[in-house]
Amino acid sequence: MRRLPPIAQLTVCSLALVVIGGILMASYVPRQPPLAAPAALTAVSAALALASGYLLSRLEQFAWPRFFLAFRWALLAYVISAGMIGFAFVRDHTRGAPLALVIVMLVIFALDVPVVIAFTVARYSSPPHAAS
Amino acid sequence: MAEVGNVQAGMAGLAEAAPVPGRSQIQVVPLRGLPVVAAVVVFVIASIAGNWLWALTFCHVVGGALWTAIDLFVGLIVGPILGRLSVPARAEFTARFMPKMVLLMPTLVLMTLAAGFQLALKEGNLAPGNPNHAWLIASYCVVGVMAVIALGVLEPANITVLVEMRKQRPDGEVIALLMRRFIYTAGITGLMQVATLIIMTRVATQ
Repeated sequence: MRRLPPIAQLTVCSLALVVIGGILMASYVPRQPPLAAPAALTAVSAALALASGYLLSRLEQFAWPRFFLAFRWALLAYVISAGMIGFAFVRDHTRGAPLALVIVMLVIFALDVPVVIAFTVARYSSPPHAAS
Repeated sequence: MAEVGNVQAGMAGLAEAAPVPGRSQIQVVPLRGLPVVAAVVVFVIASIAGNWLWALTFCHVVGGALWTAIDLFVGLIVGPILGRLSVPARAEFTARFMPKMVLLMPTLVLMTLAAGFQLALKEGNLAPGNPNHAWLIASYCVVGVMAVIALGVLEPANITVLVEMRKQRPDGEVIALLMRRFIYTAGITGLMQVATLIIMTRVATQ
Protein backbone atom coordinates (compact mmCIF):
# COMPACT_ATOMS: atom_id res chain seq x y z
CA MET A 1 0.00 0.00 0.00
CA ARG A 2 1.21 3.51 -0.94
CA ARG A 3 2.39 5.83 1.81
CA LEU A 4 0.50 9.11 1.66
CA PRO A 5 0.82 12.35 3.65
CA PRO A 6 -1.07 12.37 7.00
CA ILE A 7 -4.20 13.91 5.46
CA ALA A 8 -6.69 11.73 7.35
CA GLN A 9 -4.87 12.26 10.65
CA LEU A 10 -4.75 16.06 10.22
CA THR A 11 -8.43 16.15 9.27
CA VAL A 12 -9.47 13.97 12.23
CA CYS A 13 -7.44 16.22 14.58
CA SER A 14 -9.18 19.25 13.05
CA LEU A 15 -12.54 17.54 13.60
CA ALA A 16 -11.64 16.68 17.21
CA LEU A 17 -10.70 20.31 17.97
CA VAL A 18 -13.92 21.64 16.50
CA VAL A 19 -15.91 19.05 18.51
CA ILE A 20 -14.12 20.16 21.72
CA GLY A 21 -14.88 23.79 20.84
CA GLY A 22 -18.51 22.88 20.24
CA ILE A 23 -18.71 21.12 23.63
CA LEU A 24 -17.24 24.22 25.33
CA MET A 25 -19.82 26.44 23.61
CA ALA A 26 -22.72 24.07 24.32
CA SER A 27 -21.76 23.69 27.99
CA TYR A 28 -22.56 27.41 28.52
CA VAL A 29 -26.00 27.38 26.85
CA PRO A 30 -28.28 29.25 27.66
CA ARG A 31 -25.67 31.71 29.01
CA GLN A 32 -23.27 33.74 26.86
CA PRO A 33 -20.13 31.59 26.51
CA PRO A 34 -16.61 33.00 26.82
CA LEU A 35 -15.26 32.87 23.28
CA ALA A 36 -11.47 32.87 23.75
CA ALA A 37 -10.93 29.11 24.13
CA PRO A 38 -13.47 28.01 21.46
CA ALA A 39 -12.10 30.65 19.06
CA ALA A 40 -8.52 29.45 19.62
CA LEU A 41 -9.57 25.81 19.09
CA THR A 42 -11.44 26.80 15.92
CA ALA A 43 -8.42 28.70 14.60
CA VAL A 44 -6.11 25.69 15.15
CA SER A 45 -8.76 23.39 13.67
CA ALA A 46 -9.06 25.61 10.57
CA ALA A 47 -5.26 25.67 10.22
CA LEU A 48 -5.13 21.85 10.35
CA ALA A 49 -7.97 21.60 7.82
CA LEU A 50 -6.14 24.01 5.50
CA ALA A 51 -2.90 22.06 5.91
CA SER A 52 -4.76 18.88 5.08
CA GLY A 53 -6.35 20.55 2.03
CA TYR A 54 -2.93 21.76 0.89
CA LEU A 55 -1.39 18.29 1.21
CA LEU A 56 -4.39 16.81 -0.58
CA SER A 57 -4.09 19.28 -3.48
CA ARG A 58 -0.46 18.28 -4.01
CA LEU A 59 -1.20 14.59 -4.40
CA GLU A 60 -0.32 13.04 -7.72
CA GLN A 61 -1.41 9.61 -8.93
CA PHE A 62 -4.56 9.82 -6.85
CA ALA A 63 -8.08 8.54 -7.63
CA TRP A 64 -9.60 12.02 -7.93
CA PRO A 65 -12.85 10.94 -9.67
CA ARG A 66 -13.50 8.50 -6.82
CA PHE A 67 -12.55 11.20 -4.27
CA PHE A 68 -14.97 13.77 -5.69
CA LEU A 69 -17.77 11.21 -6.07
CA ALA A 70 -17.55 10.29 -2.37
CA PHE A 71 -16.88 13.89 -1.32
CA ARG A 72 -19.93 15.45 -2.94
CA TRP A 73 -22.41 12.92 -1.49
CA ALA A 74 -20.83 13.05 1.96
CA LEU A 75 -20.80 16.86 1.75
CA LEU A 76 -24.54 16.86 1.02
CA ALA A 77 -25.19 14.62 4.04
CA TYR A 78 -23.02 16.63 6.42
CA VAL A 79 -24.26 20.03 5.21
CA ILE A 80 -27.76 18.83 6.17
CA SER A 81 -26.41 17.58 9.50
CA ALA A 82 -24.53 20.84 10.21
CA GLY A 83 -27.57 22.83 9.08
CA MET A 84 -29.70 21.08 11.68
CA ILE A 85 -27.21 21.82 14.46
CA GLY A 86 -27.01 25.47 13.32
CA PHE A 87 -30.80 25.66 13.25
CA ALA A 88 -30.94 24.44 16.88
CA PHE A 89 -28.51 27.19 17.96
CA VAL A 90 -30.47 29.89 16.05
CA ARG A 91 -33.74 28.54 17.47
CA ASP A 92 -32.26 28.89 20.96
CA HIS A 93 -31.49 32.57 20.38
CA THR A 94 -27.72 32.31 19.91
CA ARG A 95 -26.76 35.59 18.23
CA GLY A 96 -23.76 37.76 17.32
CA ALA A 97 -20.20 36.56 17.83
CA PRO A 98 -21.14 33.19 19.41
CA LEU A 99 -23.38 32.38 16.42
CA ALA A 100 -20.64 33.42 13.98
CA LEU A 101 -18.18 31.12 15.77
CA VAL A 102 -20.68 28.25 15.77
CA ILE A 103 -21.19 28.72 12.01
CA VAL A 104 -17.42 28.64 11.37
CA MET A 105 -17.19 25.45 13.47
CA LEU A 106 -20.05 23.88 11.56
CA VAL A 107 -18.45 24.77 8.22
CA ILE A 108 -15.21 23.07 9.34
CA PHE A 109 -17.23 20.05 10.58
CA ALA A 110 -19.19 19.83 7.31
CA LEU A 111 -15.92 19.88 5.30
CA ASP A 112 -13.74 17.68 7.56
CA VAL A 113 -16.01 14.63 7.59
CA PRO A 114 -16.47 14.45 3.78
CA VAL A 115 -12.72 14.97 3.29
CA VAL A 116 -11.80 12.09 5.61
CA ILE A 117 -14.44 9.80 4.05
CA ALA A 118 -13.51 10.67 0.45
CA PHE A 119 -9.77 10.48 1.14
CA THR A 120 -10.11 7.04 2.76
CA VAL A 121 -12.22 5.79 -0.15
CA ALA A 122 -9.88 7.22 -2.80
CA ARG A 123 -6.59 6.19 -1.23
CA TYR A 124 -7.45 2.52 -1.74
CA SER A 125 -8.62 3.05 -5.33
CA SER A 126 -6.41 3.02 -8.39
CA PRO A 127 -5.91 6.35 -10.19
CA PRO A 128 -7.78 6.36 -13.56
CA HIS A 129 -4.71 6.03 -15.82
CA ALA A 130 -3.20 3.37 -13.53
CA ALA A 131 -6.36 1.29 -13.95
CA SER A 132 -6.26 1.56 -17.75
CA MET B 1 -11.10 -8.64 20.17
CA ALA B 2 -8.78 -11.59 19.56
CA GLU B 3 -11.01 -12.37 16.60
CA VAL B 4 -9.59 -9.38 14.77
CA GLY B 5 -6.65 -11.46 13.66
CA ASN B 6 -9.03 -13.94 12.11
CA VAL B 7 -10.74 -11.15 10.19
CA GLN B 8 -7.43 -10.07 8.73
CA ALA B 9 -6.37 -13.59 7.86
CA GLY B 10 -9.73 -14.44 6.38
CA MET B 11 -10.22 -11.27 4.40
CA ALA B 12 -6.82 -11.62 2.79
CA GLY B 13 -8.30 -14.44 0.75
CA LEU B 14 -11.41 -12.54 -0.23
CA ALA B 15 -10.30 -11.71 -3.76
CA GLU B 16 -9.91 -15.37 -4.54
CA ALA B 17 -13.04 -16.43 -2.68
CA ALA B 18 -15.20 -13.82 -4.47
CA PRO B 19 -18.51 -15.39 -3.41
CA VAL B 20 -20.55 -12.23 -2.82
CA PRO B 21 -23.63 -12.37 -5.03
CA GLY B 22 -24.15 -9.39 -7.34
CA ARG B 23 -20.99 -7.63 -6.20
CA SER B 24 -21.50 -4.68 -8.57
CA GLN B 25 -25.06 -4.34 -7.23
CA ILE B 26 -23.88 -3.60 -3.67
CA GLN B 27 -25.31 -0.18 -2.85
CA VAL B 28 -23.06 1.96 -0.66
CA VAL B 29 -26.11 4.04 0.30
CA PRO B 30 -29.44 2.15 0.07
CA LEU B 31 -31.58 4.60 -1.90
CA ARG B 32 -34.84 3.08 -0.65
CA GLY B 33 -33.95 4.23 2.86
CA LEU B 34 -33.48 7.89 1.93
CA PRO B 35 -37.19 8.87 2.14
CA VAL B 36 -37.31 7.39 5.66
CA VAL B 37 -34.23 9.40 6.65
CA ALA B 38 -35.78 12.56 5.13
CA ALA B 39 -39.01 11.96 7.08
CA VAL B 40 -37.06 11.52 10.34
CA VAL B 41 -35.04 14.71 9.71
CA VAL B 42 -38.21 16.70 8.95
CA PHE B 43 -39.87 15.32 12.11
CA VAL B 44 -36.86 16.29 14.27
CA ILE B 45 -36.74 19.80 12.75
CA ALA B 46 -40.49 20.24 13.34
CA SER B 47 -40.12 19.02 16.95
CA ILE B 48 -37.33 21.54 17.62
CA ALA B 49 -39.13 24.39 15.83
CA GLY B 50 -42.38 23.67 17.70
CA ASN B 51 -40.55 22.84 20.97
CA TRP B 52 -43.00 19.93 21.45
CA LEU B 53 -42.19 18.06 24.63
CA TRP B 54 -43.64 14.72 23.54
CA ALA B 55 -41.97 14.77 20.10
CA LEU B 56 -38.59 15.83 21.54
CA THR B 57 -38.80 13.12 24.22
CA PHE B 58 -39.83 10.55 21.59
CA CYS B 59 -36.93 11.45 19.26
CA HIS B 60 -34.39 11.47 22.09
CA VAL B 61 -35.54 8.28 23.83
CA VAL B 62 -36.22 6.21 20.70
CA GLY B 63 -33.10 7.45 18.87
CA GLY B 64 -30.90 7.07 21.96
CA ALA B 65 -32.20 3.61 22.82
CA LEU B 66 -31.64 2.34 19.28
CA TRP B 67 -28.23 4.01 18.98
CA THR B 68 -27.00 2.61 22.31
CA ALA B 69 -28.45 -0.86 21.75
CA ILE B 70 -27.11 -1.15 18.19
CA ASP B 71 -23.66 0.13 19.21
CA LEU B 72 -23.44 -2.35 22.09
CA PHE B 73 -24.81 -5.21 20.00
CA VAL B 74 -22.55 -4.57 17.00
CA GLY B 75 -19.45 -3.76 19.05
CA LEU B 76 -19.63 -6.54 21.60
CA ILE B 77 -21.64 -9.32 19.89
CA VAL B 78 -21.74 -8.99 16.07
CA GLY B 79 -18.08 -7.89 15.75
CA PRO B 80 -16.56 -10.90 17.54
CA ILE B 81 -18.96 -13.30 15.71
CA LEU B 82 -17.99 -11.69 12.39
CA GLY B 83 -14.37 -12.50 13.16
CA ARG B 84 -15.19 -16.21 13.47
CA LEU B 85 -17.26 -16.56 10.28
CA SER B 86 -15.93 -18.18 7.11
CA VAL B 87 -14.66 -15.77 4.45
CA PRO B 88 -17.70 -16.13 2.11
CA ALA B 89 -20.15 -15.75 5.01
CA ARG B 90 -18.28 -12.70 6.28
CA ALA B 91 -18.20 -11.09 2.84
CA GLU B 92 -21.90 -11.71 2.26
CA PHE B 93 -22.85 -10.46 5.72
CA THR B 94 -20.73 -7.32 5.30
CA ALA B 95 -22.20 -6.57 1.86
CA ARG B 96 -25.74 -6.68 3.26
CA PHE B 97 -25.11 -5.20 6.72
CA MET B 98 -22.81 -2.24 6.10
CA PRO B 99 -25.09 -0.27 3.69
CA LYS B 100 -27.84 -0.29 6.31
CA MET B 101 -25.43 1.04 8.93
CA VAL B 102 -24.37 3.86 6.57
CA LEU B 103 -27.90 5.28 6.70
CA LEU B 104 -29.13 4.09 10.08
CA MET B 105 -26.42 5.26 12.47
CA PRO B 106 -25.98 8.91 11.35
CA THR B 107 -29.77 9.30 11.35
CA LEU B 108 -30.11 7.91 14.88
CA VAL B 109 -27.21 10.04 16.14
CA LEU B 110 -28.66 13.21 14.60
CA MET B 111 -32.13 12.43 15.97
CA THR B 112 -30.85 11.70 19.50
CA LEU B 113 -28.46 14.62 19.85
CA ALA B 114 -30.58 17.36 18.27
CA ALA B 115 -33.71 16.38 20.21
CA GLY B 116 -31.73 15.75 23.43
CA PHE B 117 -30.09 19.17 23.41
CA GLN B 118 -33.40 20.91 22.86
CA LEU B 119 -35.06 18.79 25.53
CA ALA B 120 -32.34 19.58 28.08
CA LEU B 121 -32.74 23.28 27.35
CA LYS B 122 -36.52 23.14 27.60
CA GLU B 123 -36.42 21.20 30.88
CA GLY B 124 -33.88 23.59 32.40
CA ASN B 125 -31.24 20.87 32.78
CA LEU B 126 -28.60 23.10 31.19
CA ALA B 127 -29.00 25.86 33.79
CA PRO B 128 -25.75 26.20 35.82
CA GLY B 129 -27.45 25.48 39.15
CA ASN B 130 -29.27 22.38 37.93
CA PRO B 131 -27.97 19.09 39.46
CA ASN B 132 -28.01 17.53 35.98
CA HIS B 133 -25.76 20.19 34.44
CA ALA B 134 -22.47 18.44 35.25
CA TRP B 135 -23.85 15.07 34.09
CA LEU B 136 -24.89 16.61 30.77
CA ILE B 137 -21.43 18.10 30.26
CA ALA B 138 -20.02 14.61 30.93
CA SER B 139 -22.39 13.20 28.32
CA TYR B 140 -21.23 15.85 25.80
CA CYS B 141 -17.66 14.65 26.39
CA VAL B 142 -18.60 10.98 25.89
CA VAL B 143 -20.58 11.83 22.75
CA GLY B 144 -17.71 14.02 21.51
CA VAL B 145 -15.22 11.14 21.76
CA MET B 146 -17.70 8.77 20.10
CA ALA B 147 -18.39 11.32 17.34
CA VAL B 148 -14.71 11.72 16.49
CA ILE B 149 -14.19 7.93 16.44
CA ALA B 150 -17.36 7.29 14.44
CA LEU B 151 -16.97 10.12 11.93
CA GLY B 152 -13.20 10.05 11.62
CA VAL B 153 -12.52 6.31 11.60
CA LEU B 154 -15.58 4.06 11.64
CA GLU B 155 -17.69 5.62 8.90
CA PRO B 156 -14.84 6.13 6.39
CA ALA B 157 -13.78 2.50 6.97
CA ASN B 158 -17.36 1.29 6.53
CA ILE B 159 -17.85 3.16 3.22
CA THR B 160 -14.42 2.19 1.88
CA VAL B 161 -15.11 -1.52 2.54
CA LEU B 162 -18.33 -1.22 0.53
CA VAL B 163 -16.61 0.61 -2.33
CA GLU B 164 -13.84 -2.02 -2.32
CA MET B 165 -16.36 -4.86 -2.41
CA ARG B 166 -18.04 -3.35 -5.50
CA LYS B 167 -14.82 -3.72 -7.48
CA GLN B 168 -14.33 -6.59 -9.91
CA ARG B 169 -11.30 -7.73 -7.94
CA PRO B 170 -11.54 -6.50 -4.34
CA ASP B 171 -8.27 -6.17 -2.46
CA GLY B 172 -8.54 -8.60 0.45
CA GLU B 173 -5.69 -6.88 2.31
CA VAL B 174 -7.48 -3.51 2.20
CA ILE B 175 -10.77 -5.06 3.35
CA ALA B 176 -9.01 -6.89 6.19
CA LEU B 177 -7.29 -3.69 7.36
CA LEU B 178 -10.51 -1.67 7.30
CA MET B 179 -12.64 -4.42 8.86
CA ARG B 180 -10.14 -4.63 11.70
CA ARG B 181 -10.50 -0.87 12.14
CA PHE B 182 -14.29 -1.20 12.02
CA ILE B 183 -14.38 -3.98 14.64
CA TYR B 184 -12.02 -2.17 17.05
CA THR B 185 -13.81 1.18 16.80
CA ALA B 186 -17.26 -0.42 17.06
CA GLY B 187 -16.03 -2.15 20.24
CA ILE B 188 -14.74 1.15 21.69
CA THR B 189 -17.96 3.05 20.92
CA GLY B 190 -19.96 0.09 22.31
CA LEU B 191 -18.06 0.32 25.61
CA MET B 192 -18.49 4.11 25.69
CA GLN B 193 -22.23 3.60 25.41
CA VAL B 194 -22.10 2.00 28.88
CA ALA B 195 -20.96 5.41 30.17
CA THR B 196 -23.87 7.02 28.31
CA LEU B 197 -26.30 4.61 29.97
CA ILE B 198 -24.94 5.46 33.43
CA ILE B 199 -25.09 9.23 32.76
CA MET B 200 -28.58 9.19 31.25
CA THR B 201 -30.08 7.06 34.02
CA ARG B 202 -28.55 9.48 36.56
CA VAL B 203 -30.04 12.46 34.69
CA ALA B 204 -33.46 10.83 34.52
CA THR B 205 -33.56 10.05 38.25
CA GLN B 206 -32.20 13.27 39.83
